[in-house]
Amino acid sequence: MKQILLTAGVLAVAALFAGVLVQSAPEPESGEVVLADRAAVIAQSCAACHGTEGRLVTAIPPIAGRPEAVLHAQLVAFKKDQMPGATVMPRLAKGFTDEELAALARYFSELPPE
Amino acid sequence: MKAIPGISRREALRLLGVVGAGSLLGAALPLKARSLGSARVVVVGGGFGGATAAKYLKRFAPSLDVTLVEPQRRFYTCPFTNLYLGGLRDFESLGHDYRQLTDHYGVTVVHERAEAVDTERKEIRLSGGAALSWDRLVLSPGIDFRWGELEGYDEAAAVKAPHAWKAGPQTMLLRRQLEAMPDGGTFILVAPDNPFRCPPGPYERVSMIAHYLRTEKPRSKILLLDAKDSFSKQGLFMEGWKENYGDLIEWVPRSSDGRVLRVDAGRLEVETEFGEIHRADVLNVVPPQKAGFIAERAGVADETGWVPVNPKTFESTRVPGIYVIGDATQAAPMPKSGFVANTQAKITARAIAADLAGKAPPDPKWANTCYSLIAPGWGITVAGVYDVHDGNLREVPDSGGVSPLGADRSFRAREATYAEAWYAGIAHDTWGTRPGA
Repeated sequence: MKQILLTAGVLAVAALFAGVLVQSAPEPESGEVVLADRAAVIAQSCAACHGTEGRLVTAIPPIAGRPEAVLHAQLVAFKKDQMPGATVMPRLAKGFTDEELAALARYFSELPPE
Repeated sequence: MKAIPGISRREALRLLGVVGAGSLLGAALPLKARSLGSARVVVVGGGFGGATAAKYLKRFAPSLDVTLVEPQRRFYTCPFTNLYLGGLRDFESLGHDYRQLTDHYGVTVVHERAEAVDTERKEIRLSGGAALSWDRLVLSPGIDFRWGELEGYDEAAAVKAPHAWKAGPQTMLLRRQLEAMPDGGTFILVAPDNPFRCPPGPYERVSMIAHYLRTEKPRSKILLLDAKDSFSKQGLFMEGWKENYGDLIEWVPRSSDGRVLRVDAGRLEVETEFGEIHRADVLNVVPPQKAGFIAERAGVADETGWVPVNPKTFESTRVPGIYVIGDATQAAPMPKSGFVANTQAKITARAIAADLAGKAPPDPKWANTCYSLIAPGWGITVAGVYDVHDGNLREVPDSGGVSPLGADRSFRAREATYAEAWYAGIAHDTWGTRPGA
């Protein structure tokens, strides 16, 4: 469902729907996942600091549901060492291709926030 | 029917009654004929690897029948035990339960020990005598010790000279010994050769104990006897030790006779390669290690004691259908860390779900970050991103690495803050623990 809505480009509706789903279902991601989804595969590593689906709020900021453009700009800035005050993220971002960073930004932007 | 403590009637029926039928079904029908929905996956070990694998198998394929086998009802993590030893955290804050896995994700959790593996019948035997059958088996057994390989260091010796390299009574024993140590005493840590669980662990441990001693027993000394000439984040540790503790910590590398060959736990003495005898007031021996014993029982470990795996899926190269993740594996250049076990678990869960659905496994990519705390407000990291290249695991070129040397105090303080946040994040992702809960 997530992908159909996004193909239609209705990001706000997607966020709204996802939010409703969170209320009614235990997890937004029900049903078998699309196994070929590259972003979902590489995004799993992020959860080890940002919490499952990037939603945990700690000193490490949550990333779920943030605007795609913001996330993408931040990831690119990390990779280019252009993020003041950054610690570990520049070293991690350099391990991903530009396409993967773009896919990650989109993936997390589509997830409902905490 | 004999009741098994801690297992509900429904679980017990399933374990004792239906297992026979399940294994018959498994034997009678080729796997292709069984839908993804009825497939059974058994996961052994409820740490960072196993708990994450069980949770994500259900996330990726909710109709899978997933059973997690873990003796402890509450799991205490090795990461952050050093903060407990340094007096920065209480032990209970390192404990996590399985309620979210059972109640939220529908994982069946069996609190028993896995004792034996029958790879022909695809059954695992539990300490209570029951058997579980599987279509796919995931082993995340962590480490066991090579008792006796270091002369004089066996399970009895560990009662006097703790390893504290598995979180639990050993960790608390070491803390009590430190509390009882007189001011002016000597703490000795014996560090093993590679490979071993948590490469920065011994060095974070002496850092945290240095913090405790400087605060409570400032005339004491720390001696770190090492079987190696270099170690993880070495430059950062040495910089941090000098800045925070002066000459409190003395590191003796192998080439300066740091390698311990014999332990006398009764006398709290160790003897090095060239015959020097060091006496401790508190002696902490981190012994040589191997994969957790169930890996041997399953026939997946090789002569090194560790488990070779297919780099793309972490399926055993020796026994098809058995996947092994975490510290037990030969996964260099990935370190044996909780973070790596967590990320391996998710890639492997995906590969298993794909395999059961008759699809190819995804192209994997794993990340790791190991935080170490040198002092309160002084954190350091090593990070890495890994993929499969020409059939081998490798670190992605021009990525990863350690925190910069000579960084200012605010940089170290941020990494210390993020270390605490990382712990909350991975506990959330592995067991569903909420910060402060």
